[in-house]
Amino acid sequence: MSDGSVVRVAGLGKQYHTAAGPVPALANINLSIYPGEFVAVMGPSGSGKSTFMNILGCLDLPSDGSYFLNGTDVRSLTKDQLAQLRNRVIGFVFQGFNLLSRSTLLKNVGLPLVYAGMGKDERNKLAHGMLEKVGLGKYGDSLPNSISGGQQQRVAIARALINNPRLILADEPTGNLDSNTSREIMDIFSRLNREEGITIVLVTHEPDIAAYAKRLVRFMDGRLAHDGAVDIQEGRAE
Amino acid sequence: MIGAMISEAWHAMGANRLRTFLTMLGMVIGVGAVILMLAIGQGAQFQVDQSISSMGSNLFIILSGASTSGGVRSGSGAVPTLTISDAEALADLPGIAGVAPTLPGQAQIVYGPNNWSTSVLGATPQYFDVRDWKLVSGYPFTESDVRSATRVALVGQTVVKNLFDDEEPVGKTIRIRQSPYLVIGVLSAKGQSLDGRDQDDTVVIPVTTAQTKLFGSQFKGAVRFIMAQATSADAMPSAERSMNQLLRQRHHIQEGAENDFTVRNLTALANAAAETTRVMSLMLGAIASISLLVGGIGIMNIMLVSVTERTKEIGIRIAIGARQRDILMQFLLEAIFISLIGCLIGVATGVGGAILVNKVSGSVVVITLSSIVMAFMVAAGVGVFFGFYPANKAARLEPIEALRYE
Ligand SMILES: Nc1ncnc2c1ncn2[C@@H]1O[C@H](COP(=O)(O)OP(=O)(O)OP(=O)(O)O)[C@@H](O)[C@H]1O
Ligand SMILES: [Mg+2]
Repeated sequence: MSDGSVVRVAGLGKQYHTAAGPVPALANINLSIYPGEFVAVMGPSGSGKSTFMNILGCLDLPSDGSYFLNGTDVRSLTKDQLAQLRNRVIGFVFQGFNLLSRSTLLKNVGLPLVYAGMGKDERNKLAHGMLEKVGLGKYGDSLPNSISGGQQQRVAIARALINNPRLILADEPTGNLDSNTSREIMDIFSRLNREEGITIVLVTHEPDIAAYAKRLVRFMDGRLAHDGAVDIQEGRAE
Repeated sequence: MIGAMISEAWHAMGANRLRTFLTMLGMVIGVGAVILMLAIGQGAQFQVDQSISSMGSNLFIILSGASTSGGVRSGSGAVPTLTISDAEALADLPGIAGVAPTLPGQAQIVYGPNNWSTSVLGATPQYFDVRDWKLVSGYPFTESDVRSATRVALVGQTVVKNLFDDEEPVGKTIRIRQSPYLVIGVLSAKGQSLDGRDQDDTVVIPVTTAQTKLFGSQFKGAVRFIMAQATSADAMPSAERSMNQLLRQRHHIQEGAENDFTVRNLTALANAAAETTRVMSLMLGAIASISLLVGGIGIMNIMLVSVTERTKEIGIRIAIGARQRDILMQFLLEAIFISLIGCLIGVATGVGGAILVNKVSGSVVVITLSSIVMAFMVAAGVGVFFGFYPANKAARLEPIEALRYE
């Protein structure tokens, strides 16, 4: 089954079941993403981008078709195995940061290591190192609401990176940030992709954010409308 | 891992102190009530057991006067129909180990400047065997003291305390209703009787002395009651029958006519009393356990609210790799923590309350390690039992739905 792809979806579909009946969100998506790629996902609101990312991140399961993560069909996995994938294989970055507001930055960054079974001292050491890497080494004991949005997103990235995942999924990571801060965050992603070869899939509405990527995937009404090289012109067309 | 979870649970509890405290209060009251009720119940049981063992074993008491079958006794013991010779005849029956005729009364006793009103009991030397009552100093009176109705006395511990201060009573002369009596022995402590009397507040003198010199009586040789001891517990039913038969004969009671005496099986009465206390202390414990249950439901209630409130947090944890059992453990630990700490405070409150009850009302309380250990185990159990449902609810949340929760 393994063709060397990190992500491979075939005939992927997703319907949400609501009180008003099933709502189609994705239909017949076929694509593969290979190690070291930097993919931007674009598309109008409601086109299924987040649905797609959640499935890639093993936060949700597809309704139809299949999703192979590193060659493994995720539907053959147990909940615990999926949890382990989220913990070690995937780093997920959210638009709303999703930090634990009552825990210090050090604890937030080290939290995935708790579920990986690591001891406290080692955990804190790694978390501190990771905070330094995103330029927040001095803020370990602060709480999330005492720092800026850009800084919070950097903490969230540090948390996503703490278990050395080979795949980073980011759903509008700069959606809540101004353009200067967005650039700082994108520089971090670029560096991770360039220097460490981490595969990145990133959702955005901004063409200049998408310009950081090498490949552009565009959704339209739950279908794949474009898959190819980044074309800023096309980004403007939104 | 578990260390991190314990510290998480600790912080979660600290995050909403008032609520945590109120939740704990349920446990505190529940455990405190259980400990207190057990202490009181076991104290009562302890006291009854001690009274029973101080009474003597396999005992009958034969009272003069009739008893109605309904248990309403009017004037039994008031009309003296029993005599010393009745007692002597009973002693010869098979299955009877000892018989002690007694004549009780109340009298003022004086020693030096002290005086004390106490119960004076006329008895025979067998009385001490039947009651299994030892002396701490001196000697009991003898058959010859009984025969010649000498003025000798044995004093109980309470009398000693009130009359003699620090003096040794043996060899001293006390005055009972003005007449001098020589103290020849001091009785050991017996404690409370089943009906709550102080058994040590007594002076024992030869029964004949009581009859002729102290109380006087209409009938020669009359006594108020006779204590009889059976040779064994098995011998008691047949001994009771033969005593009834013999006394009816001696008192010339016609076939079908009512007895002018009453034979009571004291040991059976005592066992019934012990059973009653046992049931009572069980009931106290059961009632207190209900408050423990209510405390547990309080924990469940708060944990359910907590899970709902922290849905987003749970979603984040699941998204970064928490397994179901990690979430389950987190919330379970929190519930167990609340109930265990509540239990700890509850034990302190219960023990403190028991000591207070003892100080204020003077009733005996017994706090055993086993009741504390039990309270702890129940509290931990309550934490697990009532914490499980909310914790499981948290663990089963779907990541994407939990994350979307605001
Ligand atoms: N939990 C849900 N229940 C029902 N329908 C849903 C749910 N989540 C998404 N949808 C629907 O699925 C479709 C795709 O939604 P999705 O969130 O994937 O869009 P999106 O591309 O991420 O949009 P945006 O750019 O606004 O974030 C939409 O029609 C949306 O209404
Ligand atoms: Mg979206």
